[in-house]
Amino acid sequence: MATQHSRSAARLMMAPAVILLLGWMLVPLTMTLFFSFKKYLPLRGGDLGWVGFDNYIRFVTSSAFWPSVLATLIIVGGVLLITVCFGVLLAILLDQPMWGQGIVRILVIAPFFVMPTVTALVWKNMFMDPVNGLLAHLWKAFGLTPVEWLSQASLVSIVIIVSWQWLPFATLILLTAIQSLDSEQMEAAEMDGAPPLARFGFITLPHLSRAITIVVLIQTIFLLSIFAEIFVTTQGSFGTRTLTYLIYQRVLESQNVGLGSAGGIYAVILANIIALFLMRIVGKNLD
Amino acid sequence: MGQITLEKVTKKFGDVEVIPPLDLTIEDGEFTVFVGPSGCGKSTLLRLIAGLEDVTSGKMMIDGQDATDVAPAKRGLAMVFQSYALYPHMTVRKNIAFPLRMARIDQAEQKRRIDQAAAALNLTDYLDRRPGQLSGGQRQRVAIGRAIVREPSAFLFDEPLSNLDAALRVGMRLEISEMHKRLATTMVYVTHDQVEAMTMADKIVVLRAGYIEQVGSPLELYHTPRNLFVAGFIGSPKMNIFSGPEAQKHSAETVGIRPEHIDVSRTEGTWTGRVGVAEHLGSDTFIHVHDTGLTDMMTVRISGDIEVSHGDIIHLNPRQDQFHRFDAQGLRIA
Repeated sequence: MATQHSRSAARLMMAPAVILLLGWMLVPLTMTLFFSFKKYLPLRGGDLGWVGFDNYIRFVTSSAFWPSVLATLIIVGGVLLITVCFGVLLAILLDQPMWGQGIVRILVIAPFFVMPTVTALVWKNMFMDPVNGLLAHLWKAFGLTPVEWLSQASLVSIVIIVSWQWLPFATLILLTAIQSLDSEQMEAAEMDGAPPLARFGFITLPHLSRAITIVVLIQTIFLLSIFAEIFVTTQGSFGTRTLTYLIYQRVLESQNVGLGSAGGIYAVILANIIALFLMRIVGKNLD
Repeated sequence: MGQITLEKVTKKFGDVEVIPPLDLTIEDGEFTVFVGPSGCGKSTLLRLIAGLEDVTSGKMMIDGQDATDVAPAKRGLAMVFQSYALYPHMTVRKNIAFPLRMARIDQAEQKRRIDQAAAALNLTDYLDRRPGQLSGGQRQRVAIGRAIVREPSAFLFDEPLSNLDAALRVGMRLEISEMHKRLATTMVYVTHDQVEAMTMADKIVVLRAGYIEQVGSPLELYHTPRNLFVAGFIGSPKMNIFSGPEAQKHSAETVGIRPEHIDVSRTEGTWTGRVGVAEHLGSDTFIHVHDTGLTDMMTVRISGDIEVSHGDIIHLNPRQDQFHRFDAQGLRIA
């Protein structure tokens, strides 16, 4: 196959996809880099010339920067913890033979199909509303004062909402992994005298390690950029301003494109650090 | 000790009765083989003994103690699975140590038993490898090692050799037989391969559709099969079975004669036929003979080599004292 002719034909045929992908990535990235070195205020004079690293310095020295990094990490970490733990438990539960298995599985996956904006609105208005929300009614039923979720426990609320949304994804991947576990291995462990908890710890969990790695990697990529859930619920107040949201505020609310672009480059760097870090920890599970 | 007794044991999956009421005693130290065609319930029976399946009704005793509702781990039995069922993320040492670890046996004793088992099974050099890095035969030995270290009262083998190639199978067959002689522990072995059954067993249990067709030593089954099914199942190549006027001559509905009990002659004989395929094995020759008028094809086994080729007409002389006679129900006539 690999003649000179077929190789150049292959390159020619791959070219549109490669060019499109490169354009898709490189154009926004170069524009962000370009603007990050400019003082660019669209409503207050427009392009005011080059400023070197001023935007970068201003962005990190702003009092909002480190709290936003921390909020990002808490949300990502919290959601990962909840989705992986409950994902494993749900997957084991769904793996048990039961009546109406097909319907139950579809219902479990359902939250993943709901748009983030809708999810956040449903949670904000139907569950977490301190007057009419279901949780408020539940609290009142026990004679307690309803929690004002989005202001008193804002980060926890966001973590709950995003976890609800991502749990089906984790469950689905972990369920397929559990189904691929050789039943004779479990029986062998049973004969070897392992009680159920030991069977889970020694057989099921190691078998799932690869699937858990995949869940963690994929979710981290998407969770670093969550936006709609915060925009719809707290608008970044009460300590829920993530790095993504801070950038949005700098660009659109303060109308400072240069400063926001510098933040964008920081976000790229942060994402790469985390990705590298994760790859190091869990990478050995993937070979 | 390791006497296993089944009393009126049955097993149903939904409405399907896989094991009809069945009685069986496996004596202490005996090598018992369950043999039968696929789907005859032999694996299910083994899993019932192991406790991996619950009996639907009936009673199971191990060493005189009622074990019907005892958890698998508490029965003191060790099982070797068809797929070996090794734990892929553990090293060979940890695989073998797993049952000991679960039983909370102290480290020194664990090490002693593992080293002993590894030495007996030629696994000493592989203790730190993972199952994925081992060959089929080595994996098989790890699975056996994991069973041995528990020092069980009986070993259960579920078609342990079916995933190995032919040469390894012969080797492992010998190793398991030798292990049985050395340990003198009860072994229950499931296979569909009658060569394994004949060579290894003290006692063979022939099963068909959950029913025990015959229980006996390999040679009993070979010389006096109780019915047509056992007659056809035990022995290789298969017994020649035919009915009709020729059978009536022996005052039976059906008669059978084993291929090794027929002599071949060029000049004269009781039956005449045309040679189809002749399989020359060197030590033996299997001749498939057509157009004898008795059955579609007769198989004849001649010791040594004989010059016959396709299409030759030959004469067959059955040894008159070697006929097996069966009545209309397919049962042996004594």
